[in-house]
Amino acid sequence: MNPVKGIRAIGAWAIGFIFGLGAFARLLGLVLLRSGAALRRPGLVSQQVHFIGNYSLIIIAVSGLFVGFVLGLQGYYTLNRYGSEEALGLLVALSLTRELGPVVTALLFAGRAGTSLTAEIGLMKAGEQLAAMEVMAVDPVRRVLVPRFWGGVIAMPILAAVFSMVGIIGGWVVGVLLIGIDAGAFWSQMQSGVDIFKDVANGVVKSLIFGIAVTLIALYEGWNARPTPEGVAKATTRTVVSGALVVLGLDFLLTALMFSN
Amino acid sequence: MELDASQSKDPLLDFSGVALGYADFTVLQDIDLRVYRGQVVAMMGGSGSGKTTLLRGATGQITAQRGTITAFGRNVATVSSDELRKLRQRMGVLFQQGALFTDLDVFENVAFPLREHTRISEAQIIECVLDKLNAVGLRAAAHLKISEISGGMARRVALARAIVLEPELILYDEPFAGLDPISLGITAQLIRGLTDRLHCASVLITHDVAESFAIADQVYMVGQGRLLASGKPSELAESADPYIRQFLDGQPDGPIAFHYPETPAFKQWLDKQRGRP
Repeated sequence: MNPVKGIRAIGAWAIGFIFGLGAFARLLGLVLLRSGAALRRPGLVSQQVHFIGNYSLIIIAVSGLFVGFVLGLQGYYTLNRYGSEEALGLLVALSLTRELGPVVTALLFAGRAGTSLTAEIGLMKAGEQLAAMEVMAVDPVRRVLVPRFWGGVIAMPILAAVFSMVGIIGGWVVGVLLIGIDAGAFWSQMQSGVDIFKDVANGVVKSLIFGIAVTLIALYEGWNARPTPEGVAKATTRTVVSGALVVLGLDFLLTALMFSN
Repeated sequence: MELDASQSKDPLLDFSGVALGYADFTVLQDIDLRVYRGQVVAMMGGSGSGKTTLLRGATGQITAQRGTITAFGRNVATVSSDELRKLRQRMGVLFQQGALFTDLDVFENVAFPLREHTRISEAQIIECVLDKLNAVGLRAAAHLKISEISGGMARRVALARAIVLEPELILYDEPFAGLDPISLGITAQLIRGLTDRLHCASVLITHDVAESFAIADQVYMVGQGRLLASGKPSELAESADPYIRQFLDGQPDGPIAFHYPETPAFKQWLDKQRGRP
């Protein structure tokens, strides 16, 4: 391969990446700047919380239950070696609230709600609906993007909380009902070991940040999709790939920031 | 209603020496046209002649490469975004594909501009929307989803939405496309009737000769990247100009080529397809 071509390709990729970051930041700025007027119509946001949140509830709850089951089994396997299986409740609760709840919810959210947001906005663009709105003197950022953005940001921590809650129930079913760990020990260890700020609040902050990132990626991809069936399909795929990578990258950064010391 | 241009003082829409296009490519140039209150103006031309580009220029979706486009006395290229929004509130646009909002039902689509731009009560919204839907014959379809209505019905819903705010300037992009003969006649009369009743101006982007000649006060014909002719329908109908005759009579041969011209890029592609260097 011609080295000049190679360098040129790297340069083009770098410029494209920086351009994309700029466009992404600009969209975030636009959405935040235009949030005021849209939030004066809370009906639009609550409608989106319903669409984005309610329709993701089943997949989140079912996944949470199975993750809880697995945590119960794997946790018991490890703790049993040290004779501390009573700490299973604490292990399940901490794993879910600190890490698995926000992260797995965000990954599932990118796959379920993120793709539907991208496809919806991409198809609105392809069907000239966004152009029609603009010509009707209605700002599509304010009317379409802002309610969906806040809908996603509000829905994510709620979904993560549901995930963790159902996961804990799953851990309890396996640990207490199936394996026979003492129920009192299971719950009391959890109660005394989980800190509302260090564990629960930090988990909520994580899921809020994931909510902002994943929802904005979904909106950005839909907004910039080529207005063709192929363009919308590619944008939808990019939402899942970028969403998942950003969630995992951010999770590492946030974990390092929150739980280091 | 026949309204002479000289009777109205200022045009609602004015193109002066306008060239329009996308990036470096110019679709239309040297366009001069005026639309006055009370007029139905038909912009005619073959497919791909740039009729929709004219509409995009009028709404400020694209800016003129040369010349000035003035709507309601304001240059759409130089007004602030707030002013442009205010100008657009005085326009109604029927999009070629309808551009209905698929997440809303028929009623909510027509109610959309009212909810966004007015503070009227829910009862007034219901009354106004049902009135407009009645005008396009779809009052009883108000509850249907967009996916449940046919293409022709969708265009009529889009028409109801375009006129719901009773704008001063209504731009119709192919209002007769995809309509059955009954809906077509009614739609044409609706456009004429609305223009007379609201004393607004209507611009039809169309290639339907019979219907538009029946209701238009003024016709502009575009093709070959420029304005080919303009005048009253009766004047154009009697014209001996070969361009106009070919278009109006639908003749395959004439100055307007049916075949897309061969370009060097096409020849290069063809050579490649045939395996020649």
